[in-house]
Amino acid sequence: MNFDRSLIAAMLAPGLALALWLALGAAGVYAALDTSAATALSALLAPLVETHGMLLGFWWLVAAAGAAWAVRLLHIRYVAAPARLAEGARVLVSDASAPPVAAVGASANGALADALNGLALERRTLRQEMARLVEDASRAVAHQRDQLGALVAELQQSVVVCNLDGRILLYNARARALCRRISRAPGGAAGAELIGLGRSIHKVVDAALIAHARDGVERRIVRGEPAPSARFVTHTPSGHLLRVSLAPVREAAEGAPATGFVLLLDDITDEYEAEARTDRQWLALTETSRAGLASIQAALDMLDYPDLDGADRDRFQQVVREEVAALGARITALAIEASTALKSRWPLQEMLGADLVAAAAQRIHDETGQAVATPDVDTGLWLSVDSFSLIAALSFLARRAAEGRAAPSLELRLARADGHAHLDLAFAGGAAIAAGWQACPMDGTEGGASLSVRDVAERHGGEVWLEHKRTAEAPRAAFRFLLPLAAGGVDGPSHPGESRPEFYDFDLFAASDAHHERDDRPLEDLSFTVFDTETTGLDPAGGDEIIQIGAARIVNGKLLRAECFDQLVDPRRSIPEAGIAIHGIRPAMVRGQPTIGEALPAFHAFASDTVLVGHNVAFDLRFLKLKEAATGAIFDQPVLDTLLLASIVHPHADAQSLEAIAARLGVTVCGRHTALGDALACAEVFLKLLPLLRQQGIRTLGEARAASEDSYYARLKY
Amino acid sequence: MNGQVNARAGASGKAGEKVLIADDEPNIVVSLEFMMKREGFHVLVARDGLGALEAIRREHPRLVLLDATMPGMTGFDVCEAVRSDVDTRDTRIVMLTAKGRETDKARGVGAGADAYVTKPFSTRDLVQTVKEMMARDAAE
Repeated sequence: MNFDRSLIAAMLAPGLALALWLALGAAGVYAALDTSAATALSALLAPLVETHGMLLGFWWLVAAAGAAWAVRLLHIRYVAAPARLAEGARVLVSDASAPPVAAVGASANGALADALNGLALERRTLRQEMARLVEDASRAVAHQRDQLGALVAELQQSVVVCNLDGRILLYNARARALCRRISRAPGGAAGAELIGLGRSIHKVVDAALIAHARDGVERRIVRGEPAPSARFVTHTPSGHLLRVSLAPVREAAEGAPATGFVLLLDDITDEYEAEARTDRQWLALTETSRAGLASIQAALDMLDYPDLDGADRDRFQQVVREEVAALGARITALAIEASTALKSRWPLQEMLGADLVAAAAQRIHDETGQAVATPDVDTGLWLSVDSFSLIAALSFLARRAAEGRAAPSLELRLARADGHAHLDLAFAGGAAIAAGWQACPMDGTEGGASLSVRDVAERHGGEVWLEHKRTAEAPRAAFRFLLPLAAGGVDGPSHPGESRPEFYDFDLFAASDAHHERDDRPLEDLSFTVFDTETTGLDPAGGDEIIQIGAARIVNGKLLRAECFDQLVDPRRSIPEAGIAIHGIRPAMVRGQPTIGEALPAFHAFASDTVLVGHNVAFDLRFLKLKEAATGAIFDQPVLDTLLLASIVHPHADAQSLEAIAARLGVTVCGRHTALGDALACAEVFLKLLPLLRQQGIRTLGEARAASEDSYYARLKY
Repeated sequence: MNGQVNARAGASGKAGEKVLIADDEPNIVVSLEFMMKREGFHVLVARDGLGALEAIRREHPRLVLLDATMPGMTGFDVCEAVRSDVDTRDTRIVMLTAKGRETDKARGVGAGADAYVTKPFSTRDLVQTVKEMMARDAAE
């Protein structure tokens, strides 16, 4: 409870004044009497004081309490109410869309509140009008940016655009997927600790390599080359090989200096390993063949000796036979391996499953004249397929299914199944399919090459089989292909509409953090990680553990909802039922999740180079600090607490819970009591607090920290 | 198909000298052993690098036909060890190898081989090389 000392003093003052006034009155009367009268009065009053003194004291207490109550009423109406009105007005000044101020206290305050709300409404209307004009003016620019973003998003390569400091200001979904692959963090970060707006690209590509490439590009610019770029290969700590192409971002003017650079990234690990494997095979074949041929050559040389006895002759002939057989076996093995590699290296394209089904249905209809129904097709599935050979295989199987059946009632179905997709060609059963359908060459495929249905399945790293089902109406059968999904949404567009760029922020072109100490930098220029934890209980020293960490970053004044950290943690202990009612995390949900030893370093990486922000963050920090020694994740960055910042902005508010602050600031809270939900709510509150702090002259990180330390709540012990 | 023989020419050889054949391929050892014995050499055989090094230190052969790619200690390693030991450094070494790249050859010669013969090779040429090498040593 936040007691106002001046209010307490004001409430006590009338009682004390009354007591003083009575005492002074009594003393004055007493002093005016002569000695005999004074003695007589004392003699008269002394017994009365003894018997009725309590009554007098009570009488005084009633009067004092009445006076205090009246003072408190006056304080509420004429001091506290205007103060709250002033706070509400300050919120309206910084944010015209904040809730209207409420009329409390004296009736005159009502008129004042109405006037303030009227002003705010007018200001809001003006701002909306101005915003509309600005929006109209910038629509063309935004359109161009969107076009650029869409273009980048559609590229099959990973694209990252950085400013000269290496801060990322644009990346596409491919780049995010690549970082997800090369990330060493457990699932929660999923590459977000490597790539994100405002993050440094140097976490992915070494700064020295980029500097070297930029030097090379600069030299080419000086030489006047029209499209200078540099290429190099680097490896990541997780062991991936990346091919990097770097090109400068320059303004159109001739000779303009670079303001940033574009990186095209390719993960060539698999490609490199396949090539290396092939190289090793060829080298091994060369060397073993040379050795074998040497043995044959030497044996033949020996056989040339005319005086060789029978036993020696047999021995050398046996050497020749053995070596020839070994050579033949090696060549056969190599041929098999090459054929397998050819199948597995066949380029598979990502394709929307529904499109594949539609194309196959059309092709089957064209070739067999049979209509193909598509009753159950998962329209959200992306497949990794060689559509040409797969449609040919489906068409071939449809012809087989239609043989000897007047109404084969063909159907194509597509469904997800345990990390794969089931593509079924169903048909009316009842008669057998001729044996050998899997290995039989399909005509018309690959220009007549003898590819079989089995080859097609193997080419996809999948399977194909025939299933019979006996239903109530009629027997049905289906050829079922087991096909790969488009990299489980890792590589490919997991949602049809998700090919837009993850995010871009070209304002970061101008941002530079090279020359500023963080404490002196304006809050708006800093990056923040707003986080929250859910725990098994409230006592970290007593064995309570973190079970969930949620976090989001604020970069350049924007909350990056697309780059969240959301990680359940296995506490390796029980979770009390009382807590489950609040956070809803049950033991089964954390089983198999990373331990704190894995999750905390990942969160540390996610939060690197940022200021930590939380609500009542001291609680969460105690958990983090206790784990520093065990996990090696040291959280030594600056920390801000929205509870303290809100108490600076609203010193007269009674409640400083996250909900109460959010309500005062007009922030809608969703998903509370999940770590990420609370972190996002806290981030929204923090963003609303920044302009209010600025009004109070708190502009830099150092000022915010100093003001927090002086705030009322900071002096409380948690 | 004749292998490449890198050696300087010399006079005729001297029989009765110890020659070590070190190779893990039994089928080539059979022929080389037979041929060298026919030529009058005293033939020793080792099946791996370590065995070869021990035989060289123990028997002090005049010349070693050393396969480059043996399991464990390779021919290159043996060659370096022989050249770094004052007791064995004068042993003649003919490196036999299935590695045909220029870099491999450079490594063999760099490690101290007197000749570097790429498999497959003509045994007659090889015998000629060995004989010339020994004759040249005898003349010096």
